[in-house]
Amino acid sequence: MAYGGSEYGGGMVTSRGHRAIKILLAGGFGVGKTTLVGAVSEIRPLRTEEPLTETSRRVDSTAGVERKTTTTVAMDFGRITLRDDLVLYLFGTPGQERFWFMWDELAIGALGAVVLADTRRLADCFPAIDYFERREIPFIVALNVFDGSRRYSIEDVRLALDLEPGLPIVLCDARHRESAKEILIALVEHVLAQADADEPVFPG
Amino acid sequence: MASDDELWLDAQAGPVIRPYALTQGRTRHSGEAFDLVSTVTATSARVDDPGALAPEHVSVLQLVRRPTTVVDIASDVDLPLGVVRILLGDLRELGLIAIKAPVPMKARQVDKNTLREVLHGLRGL
Repeated sequence: MAYGGSEYGGGMVTSRGHRAIKILLAGGFGVGKTTLVGAVSEIRPLRTEEPLTETSRRVDSTAGVERKTTTTVAMDFGRITLRDDLVLYLFGTPGQERFWFMWDELAIGALGAVVLADTRRLADCFPAIDYFERREIPFIVALNVFDGSRRYSIEDVRLALDLEPGLPIVLCDARHRESAKEILIALVEHVLAQADADEPVFPG
Repeated sequence: MASDDELWLDAQAGPVIRPYALTQGRTRHSGEAFDLVSTVTATSARVDDPGALAPEHVSVLQLVRRPTTVVDIASDVDLPLGVVRILLGDLRELGLIAIKAPVPMKARQVDKNTLREVLHGLRGL
């Protein structure tokens, strides 16, 4: 792993210049998130044990020490070390709305998102698309083309998902590293293109 | 009873301790919030009272002798993120670690140079 290896005698090492970049990967159950993360990165275990609080309950003076039940959610988490000081983190999260509490955190400062879709179950990615659109998080759609799955044209999919004309939709095979790489490249290119388009045109 | 317990005690079950027992029931860490990809680094401060630290605190401290992100720590020590955050909050309060926020990547203030470096890096994979 990138941070392991040599032993350090002293304590302090500066983290100056270390850049960590988050990319989200959203999609329904069984759509290939784990496969995709594994194809392109060093996949690692990550659990998040989320407290389920009753939101109606007032927080009392012992804030932070409350009785609660928790739910454990396993995330797909992968790391791609591009350079010593530049690391991409991929977070695969379930697409259903009930997991949005996790996304809210993951989405902060994220570079962008990939919505992984299966043409047999396109509706599964509606919540994810909705989520990213509302929060203005740049995203692309990657259609995981399974063997034997019926192929639709990209424009049919665009129509079905009600996506803007400029939003990239790429075909992929999540099992293959090159294909997984292309997805990430397409996302970064899209974010760059958006950044260019967002250069202020109107004063103020 | 014991045999019932054995049924669910497997690798999938994780450590046999309710995670929040490690944190004395706390589910929120102290101090300001930190991001999942914030970088954590040990400071040069010394531990005055080793008894104040749980073994998990020590594990985390050892990991962050080199800058390590919050998620990498959670993955390496195999504890849920929420628990790791609380441990980090404790260590920060004791002055034993510094937590540095990641590069902001807001949609409209993207660091294009970083993006180009990412592209270059991905193409070279």
